[in-house]
Amino acid sequence: MNEILKLLEQNSKYTAQQLAPMLDMEESAVEAAIAKYEEDKVILGYQALVDWDKAGEDFVTALIEVKVTPQRGDGFDRIAERIYQYDEVESVYLMSGAFDLTVIISGKSLKEVAQFVAARLSTIEGVTSTATHFILKKYKEKHCLFTKQVEQEERVLFV
Amino acid sequence: MDYNSILSERIQKIAPSGIRKFFDILEEMKDAISLGIGEPDFVTPWHIRDAGIYSLEKGHTKYTSNSGMLTLRKEISAYLKRRFDLSYDPAGEILVTVGGSEAIDLTLRAFINPGDEVIIPVPSFVCYNALVTISGGVPVLLQTKRENEFRLTPEELKSAITPKTKMLVLPYPCNPTGGIMERKDLEALVDVLKGTDIIILSDEIYAELTYGLKHTSPANIEGLSERTIVVNGFSKSHAMTGWRLGYVCGPRPVISQLTKLHQFGIMSAPTTSQYAAIEAMREGDADIEMMHNEYDRRRKFLVSELCRMGLDCFEPRGAFYVFPCIKSTGLGSDEFCERLLISEKVAVISGTAFGPGGEGFVRMCYAASVADIQEALIRIERFIKSL
Repeated sequence: MNEILKLLEQNSKYTAQQLAPMLDMEESAVEAAIAKYEEDKVILGYQALVDWDKAGEDFVTALIEVKVTPQRGDGFDRIAERIYQYDEVESVYLMSGAFDLTVIISGKSLKEVAQFVAARLSTIEGVTSTATHFILKKYKEKHCLFTKQVEQEERVLFV
Repeated sequence: MDYNSILSERIQKIAPSGIRKFFDILEEMKDAISLGIGEPDFVTPWHIRDAGIYSLEKGHTKYTSNSGMLTLRKEISAYLKRRFDLSYDPAGEILVTVGGSEAIDLTLRAFINPGDEVIIPVPSFVCYNALVTISGGVPVLLQTKRENEFRLTPEELKSAITPKTKMLVLPYPCNPTGGIMERKDLEALVDVLKGTDIIILSDEIYAELTYGLKHTSPANIEGLSERTIVVNGFSKSHAMTGWRLGYVCGPRPVISQLTKLHQFGIMSAPTTSQYAAIEAMREGDADIEMMHNEYDRRRKFLVSELCRMGLDCFEPRGAFYVFPCIKSTGLGSDEFCERLLISEKVAVISGTAFGPGGEGFVRMCYAASVADIQEALIRIERFIKSL
């Protein structure tokens, strides 16, 4: 069953009609399985991967290491929740190692992101420190390459 | 100088590939989709490329042993045992070659005396016919049939054998038909060959790409194994076409003669490629699975779509080609391909390129991205409806 998920993770534009023969399933069964995944929130959403540089938009992304003081009873969850409620926050992960949370934030400019960190993030109760790392260049995301592939020269051959 | 009067008559008589003109048109087109070239669309897995690069960094740029590096031959031996239950001694029964093509060429040249006949089931890869002729042999083309799923039947084989028959080529899994020979199909040939000295040249370059069951080599079959020369390589299994690396396995006296030919003609297979191939043999089984599964999905998708369009399409059991029958369109194969290319910019190969018996069929390669296959199918359907 999870084959459907693997294929959709590769390309969410696959239709049930296309998936059915690849998986030896009936089209209606594929549709039903996908609907169930969506209902159960196994599939959380479908999004396009955008190269904003190429689209000509100003766009910065930062990865912020956050150290927090865990709270009695709620551990890290309560603070994480306070952080992820902000629309600016793209992703939040609880980490092992030298810090506690990774927070990924996007904005139009360095200033905008820096302001968010200073005004919002670091003032949350329980946050003890932040370290902001700006992404300078994206090479690869979700198996997609941002760099241009070198075109192969034309070959005439018969195999 | 009149070069044509000086050049070898035998070489000049060999017809050039008939689809040259076709590819010339294709090359001019900007947004054409090609399901023509039989080559994986995957790049060689990074860890294998890295092993090649690392060998260059270490300065491994010299000739290797004529037979290929012993380490590689040991890995090939272990791989063949592990994946196909074949047993070959790395010292003396395996020769590393420049692609499967060289292995085929060497084997033919090592066996053929002038006038010897070589039975070649067709439709099949174009090189056998030409290489037999170059070696001074006589190709005997044996048509396999759609209704037999393009297998070679014992009756067909029997009808083609004469006192001059030296060799039988078994090109399975088959390019272009996708046909395979199962264990029972091979066992059925044992009685026909019993008592003869006919050698089997088994081209198993697509051995990793069978769907639904594992590949069986004639070298696995009692009564065939001692007469079988196995040719294989890294091009299709590990997406390593450009590295030009293959190998041939067989009885010691045979490999010894092949090694002599190879030593004078080639010296040794590319060293960088051999280092990369060692990595491929040691750590590449997961890559094989990944690519196999991906091809399998594309295969099922393509077959189901072609059937939906009303083309009679035998479900290919191996390699990465489908070979649909296009007789229902009322067009001949050559005309079908040319008109499809010109009106819809989709390149597929006419079945006639693969020898007699290919008329009425076209070859489509599904080692292309799903997006390309999808778009090609939309165009093919539009083309068929327009007829």
